[in-house]
Amino acid sequence: MTDNALLSGSVSALRQQLRDRAVSSEELTRACLERIEACNGKLNAVITMCSELAIDSARAADKAIAKGDFGSLTGIPLLHKDIFCTDGVRTTCGSRMLEQFVPAYDATVVSKMKAEGAVMLGKCNMDEFAMGSSNETSFFGTVKNPWDLNCVPGGSSGGSAAALAAGMAPLVTGTDTGGSIRQPASLCGVTGLKPTYGRVSRLGIIAFASSLDQAGPMARTAEDCAIALTAMAGIDAGDSTSADLPVPDFHAGLNHDIQGLRIGLPREYFNDDLDPEVRERVMTALSVLEQAGATLVDIELPHSHYAIATYYVIAPAEASANLARYDGVRFGYRCDEPVDLEDLYLRSRSEGFGEEVQRRILVGTYALSAGFYDAYFNKAQQVRRVITEDFTRAFDRVDVIAGPSAPGIAFPFGAKQQDPVAMYMEDIYTLAVNLAGLPGLSTPAGLINGMPVGLQLIGKPFDEQTILNAAHRLQRDTDWHLARPQLEALAP
Amino acid sequence: MSVSPQDVEKVALLARLAISESDLPEVTERFGRVLGLVDELNTIDTETVVPMSNPHDMHQRLRPDAVTRQNNRENLMASAPAQDQGYFLVPKVID
Repeated sequence: MTDNALLSGSVSALRQQLRDRAVSSEELTRACLERIEACNGKLNAVITMCSELAIDSARAADKAIAKGDFGSLTGIPLLHKDIFCTDGVRTTCGSRMLEQFVPAYDATVVSKMKAEGAVMLGKCNMDEFAMGSSNETSFFGTVKNPWDLNCVPGGSSGGSAAALAAGMAPLVTGTDTGGSIRQPASLCGVTGLKPTYGRVSRLGIIAFASSLDQAGPMARTAEDCAIALTAMAGIDAGDSTSADLPVPDFHAGLNHDIQGLRIGLPREYFNDDLDPEVRERVMTALSVLEQAGATLVDIELPHSHYAIATYYVIAPAEASANLARYDGVRFGYRCDEPVDLEDLYLRSRSEGFGEEVQRRILVGTYALSAGFYDAYFNKAQQVRRVITEDFTRAFDRVDVIAGPSAPGIAFPFGAKQQDPVAMYMEDIYTLAVNLAGLPGLSTPAGLINGMPVGLQLIGKPFDEQTILNAAHRLQRDTDWHLARPQLEALAP
Repeated sequence: MSVSPQDVEKVALLARLAISESDLPEVTERFGRVLGLVDELNTIDTETVVPMSNPHDMHQRLRPDAVTRQNNRENLMASAPAQDQGYFLVPKVID
């Protein structure tokens, strides 16, 4: 088998080849590791490689396959976003604060995927503490978009999306607090799924905003996302917010038949602010689903425009509480020669955190401080309910809600970095989904000027299956998800 | 709502972040821009709305008070920037 076939194969195809013994996990793993070594100098998508560990796991997977003993991901190489704690493997969260941090346990997502036989290749670059939409806030440097090295890959799971698009691994993980899986998936031309809040355990995921954070897969196909989600999901005694609901086999449940599926188009997403070319790509994709038997329905989400304001109170408030733990005492960065305890706190935090993280801590601390709590935090939690109720009403009439994943294609480095508010607008179509705790998926919908655009599909709570089915159908009837950047150009 | 550099300094102290004198004007300006964004919340009436802290209004589950994980103290302590005999070390607090 050629390296290119290995490096562009889907999880479902590679899994079959592994089981048929047409390729070994060791061959596949070595091909991915070589690919990372060849391209990472240009892309900076991977912070830490664990080559030896990966080869050992691959050999163990090959032995298991030889015995006919395999899980859903046995022998499949993957990269984790560097926000998932990995036992004995450095986990930085893209921050100087955790530059040397080596966790003493695996995140539940990591242990569950390991138990299914996945082979971890390393850890992906990301915006610092997942705060960003361009990967420009990482302490380890920006990640380049493999479609155009002058452009951002999106964020915060930009390293994961770029690595996947560049053929470094057939499967990657991400987290999504306000769009951090769907927006980079859109900008890098891959499929990304943010599950329902509570579907996947947050244990061992370095916390950003605890009522919004959710982990999910990014892959080359919706089918692969279904395989990965089944492996990742489920109640966890270690996360009291994980949902006590059965996890269906999303892969077995995949169905091309979308006859009668009602897809809602919120007029607030398709208003005059939407870029005409993005609108054209999204509408073309939706017309494919219409031809497959779906019905497009105009709907309203009248409080959509409050999502950004609501999010930028709740997320920083929760972040300011979560990030209070970084004090230079128990783990993480400590400043040199502190004169007293106060100096230790102040300098460790100011030197350890980057600018965007400090800004969000400040905003969050302000929103929670005496005299402002009701005006900001309580108010935002009230508006959160109003936004959520918009979705509940819409889902009385439709099965899925569709829109763009991001306002445009990948933008050049520096274009939005000077104005935090301009950067926050990148997530204008994704934030409300986190506030309402719904599942959302981004699937490729063609190119604009050679750069990928994503269609977002939003589902009812815990109904990932329906959006996976719609994306699966779209990917059967179109080939947008097969478009790849020029892989040869990325290697030296 | 506008914020002054003094407001930002006060919040920074609460958050245990040090902002240098030279950075203060720019931090204040960008902080103000974010607050300007969230001020939109004042334009919606939510008098009767119950605040939402969990998107599915789920409540925290309690688990039995039983040991579920092995003692991992040594590995956890290994992450401490300074430690001695199982204690975290900090600068002298009491003279």
